[in-house]
Amino acid sequence: MFRHLRSRPLVATPMLDRVLQYSQAYNFYQWVFGRHAPEPGVVFLAQRRVYILPTRHGLTFGLVLIFMLLGSINYNLSLGFVLTFLLAGLGVVSILHTFRNLAHLYVSAGRAEPVFSGDTAQFELFLDNRRDFDRYSLDLTCRGITVSCDAPARRIATALVPMRTEKRGWLQLERVTLDTRYPLGLMRAWSYVQPDTRTLVYPRPDNASLPLPHAVADSGDAISAGTGTDDFAGLRPYQASDSPRHIAWKAAARSEVLLTKLFSGRASSELWFAWDDLPVDMGTEARLSRLARWVLLADARGLRYGLKLPGVAVPLGEGRGQKAQCLRELALHEA
Amino acid sequence: MKPDALPLPHLLWLLGGLLLAAAPHALRLPWWINATAAALFVWRAYIARRRSALPARWLLLTLALGNVVGVYFTYRTIFGRDAGVTLLVVLLAVKLMEMQTRRDIFVVVFLAYFLALTNFFYSQTIPTAVLMLATVLAVTSALVGINALSRPIIANLKTAGWMLVQAGPVMLLLFFLFPRVQGPLWGLPQDAFAGVTGLSDTMTPGSISQLSQSDAIAFRAKFTGAQPRRDQLYWRGPVLWNFDGRTWRAGLPRLRREMAIETNGTPLDYEVTLEPHNRNWLFALEMPSRIPQIARMTSDYQLLSLPPVRNRIRYEIRSFPDYLATSGGERGDLAVALALPDDFNPRARALAREWRGGPGDDLAVVRRAIDFFRNGRYEYTLSPPLLGVNTVDEFLFDVRQGFCEHFASSFAFLMRAAGIPARIVTGYQGGEINPVDEYMVVRQTDAHAWAEVWLAGRGWVRVDPTAAAVPMRIDMGITGAMPQGVAGALPLFVRTNLDWLRTVRWNWEALANQWNQWVLGYNPERQRDMLARLGVPQPDWQTLSMMLFWSVAAVLLAIAVWLLRTVRHDDPVQRAWLRFCSKLRRAGIDRTATEGPFDYAARAMTRLPERKDLVRAIADLYVDLRYGARVDPREFLRLKKLVQEFKT
Repeated sequence: MFRHLRSRPLVATPMLDRVLQYSQAYNFYQWVFGRHAPEPGVVFLAQRRVYILPTRHGLTFGLVLIFMLLGSINYNLSLGFVLTFLLAGLGVVSILHTFRNLAHLYVSAGRAEPVFSGDTAQFELFLDNRRDFDRYSLDLTCRGITVSCDAPARRIATALVPMRTEKRGWLQLERVTLDTRYPLGLMRAWSYVQPDTRTLVYPRPDNASLPLPHAVADSGDAISAGTGTDDFAGLRPYQASDSPRHIAWKAAARSEVLLTKLFSGRASSELWFAWDDLPVDMGTEARLSRLARWVLLADARGLRYGLKLPGVAVPLGEGRGQKAQCLRELALHEA
Repeated sequence: MKPDALPLPHLLWLLGGLLLAAAPHALRLPWWINATAAALFVWRAYIARRRSALPARWLLLTLALGNVVGVYFTYRTIFGRDAGVTLLVVLLAVKLMEMQTRRDIFVVVFLAYFLALTNFFYSQTIPTAVLMLATVLAVTSALVGINALSRPIIANLKTAGWMLVQAGPVMLLLFFLFPRVQGPLWGLPQDAFAGVTGLSDTMTPGSISQLSQSDAIAFRAKFTGAQPRRDQLYWRGPVLWNFDGRTWRAGLPRLRREMAIETNGTPLDYEVTLEPHNRNWLFALEMPSRIPQIARMTSDYQLLSLPPVRNRIRYEIRSFPDYLATSGGERGDLAVALALPDDFNPRARALAREWRGGPGDDLAVVRRAIDFFRNGRYEYTLSPPLLGVNTVDEFLFDVRQGFCEHFASSFAFLMRAAGIPARIVTGYQGGEINPVDEYMVVRQTDAHAWAEVWLAGRGWVRVDPTAAAVPMRIDMGITGAMPQGVAGALPLFVRTNLDWLRTVRWNWEALANQWNQWVLGYNPERQRDMLARLGVPQPDWQTLSMMLFWSVAAVLLAIAVWLLRTVRHDDPVQRAWLRFCSKLRRAGIDRTATEGPFDYAARAMTRLPERKDLVRAIADLYVDLRYGARVDPREFLRLKKLVQEFKT
């Protein structure tokens, strides 16, 4: 909401900051605008940033207590007073317990695997409970999706915060609301955290049923040795981009240098996916989606492929690393 | 339908709590309500166990409506205390059958708290309080369960218990400081005080012997100065004037602020804590002279409270056992005190005429009557035979068995027949001192009736024909007066000779008395007293609110500090290592922030070549213990010892 204010809105010197933090107006300003800047490292949920209010059930409970009090007065029930006041005490004490269940928690961000646009990214958050009591039912809500987890005493609990993705590129974790109603559900304590973590969103591969583009015949890397598929066709010196799976280990033991096994049919499977090969009238995103799909297809078939984008080229390669590299370039492509 | 929001064990705890809250009610509810509620409880538990669907909405609606109609036909209303409680039980049981979402569970929990409160309409004894505390604990643990579904129920129970313990101080502060208002705020239902036992304003043969079979406590008294003798313990209650041949009824009392009374001797000062009996009369030893604020005296020396006694009340009073009651002898009064129904009891009338005809004045006639009772060999019994039309004749001359009301009634009849104004006084005779707290306890078993006659120049004089016929009744209490076989009709505790049982009973009753005085009897008046003793005379509600606010805030702050405290949880291995590091630091070898134990040890070894081996051993042990897979306690002890011995 206040993304444009990502840099700290009031840049105060540390000294001034320390003085200002006692000003309610400044704190309110910070609360509304300042908190939304991502916080790097470990976020400590200090008492000042944990808020607490009664829930709807808490208000109902208060109403029930008022009725009980009126009944006790009317009928002069001494034990009615005792029960009403005991429950009132319980309600008040539950404020402290709910507050304690959230306060003084250390929140930090973990990994977040890249996803395809439109899928749900899972941001890993670590909830470090350094106290010697268990914390229960901590709800993490981001963009309206809630997950729940417990944080046992002196343990680090892991929560996966889902976030739906819409467009490719870097996705910053948005503000997460951490809240809890434990133990009685009469109070809700909450706090906002925005750990500085992001994940890569790849372009969504399209689902057009087009074949892979033809191999480029004059490719410099072509090492053809006949037709047929996947038949052993000979050896050549190892190059840095060769897959370790194709190293001829037995031959290498006898030789001074590493040798790579060649297979027939590979000439036709060495592919270049180029931005420029796609029709000009395709939009940027459509082209990226098409390229992403090709990358996935080629990877699924274990082919060697490269990627050419305006200004960037990923050399020929294969395997997970190659796929990740190509998708990353596609995700970060500046139109 | 969705499965339960509440897992089975949590649900069972909730049901258990509800059962505890409803159990005392079950003794009072109609049988079909009990059966319906029990069936619904079992059905609900079965559904939860089988994870099957809850019954359809229309079925529940029909059930609820049917029960409301049933309650209406049982009580002829759906309002009032009893009908209201019955409805609450039934509707709660029906609500269980559609309890599914979090919201439903909250509703059930809140209703359960309310149900616990309704028990106090009927009983506020210590056992009830304990039972309701258990209810609150069970229900609260179920409430914790909704908010932490994965937790085992025992842990929830512990949490709920802890929270209740912490709520305790807040409760106490609220209880003592919350500005008390004397109820009621609105009208009480008609049935609010049904079923309290005590004396009534009529007396028929058998009514007091019936009352004597209850050992419920009527009131307690604490004497501040002199202790009364047994034969002075006549606690004056309703005075009965009108006799129709069978039943004695109270006259129309005229309220007086003061009554003429001539007193002699030392007074008795005492405080009475009266159990509620829903009538206006207060009890005091004959004769009360100083009247408490809340009371008025009638023209027949009866103490009346202006509102009926619906709560346990306390009053201080002074009595003179030695007195002359000279008021209430106006012509109209005496005429009423002489009235007799015609054509009844011819033999008694004849006897009275005979006495009258003899020599002497009224006093001589009274003496003759007392001798008649003393020598009549009458039998004192709790279960006298039923009497026909001529009650007095049959008792005096035929059956010769009776309880105090028979004696008093016959005596008063004889007196009236002899032309001496007489009336019946009911009340209690006796009382036992509880050795534990020195309170005198007067029970319904001590209910008694005696007579008063008007003698010119002496006023109303007490005559207890029972004392004449059965002196043991006054000297030793009712147990002493009963023959062994007959005493079986008395309550167990009253007739028992078992000392330990008596001791247990005294202790229990002393506890119950403290409970009554301090918990149940804590009213606006006592609150004022207590605050005055604390140095806050005449506090208004603002002062009370401020006191309450600050004291509760202080308690909460203490709990918060305790809850949010940081507890250091050093690893003992770490502690030993840090001790080693500080020893090295004193030797000038400071560990840098990025330095691991091995690097640090290596540096220390170059600086302290003569201690090389020791430093290496410590570092190796530390790394082994802290990062190694298994921890050997002996190794740890060795590390500790090495660090201790290490000197730079």
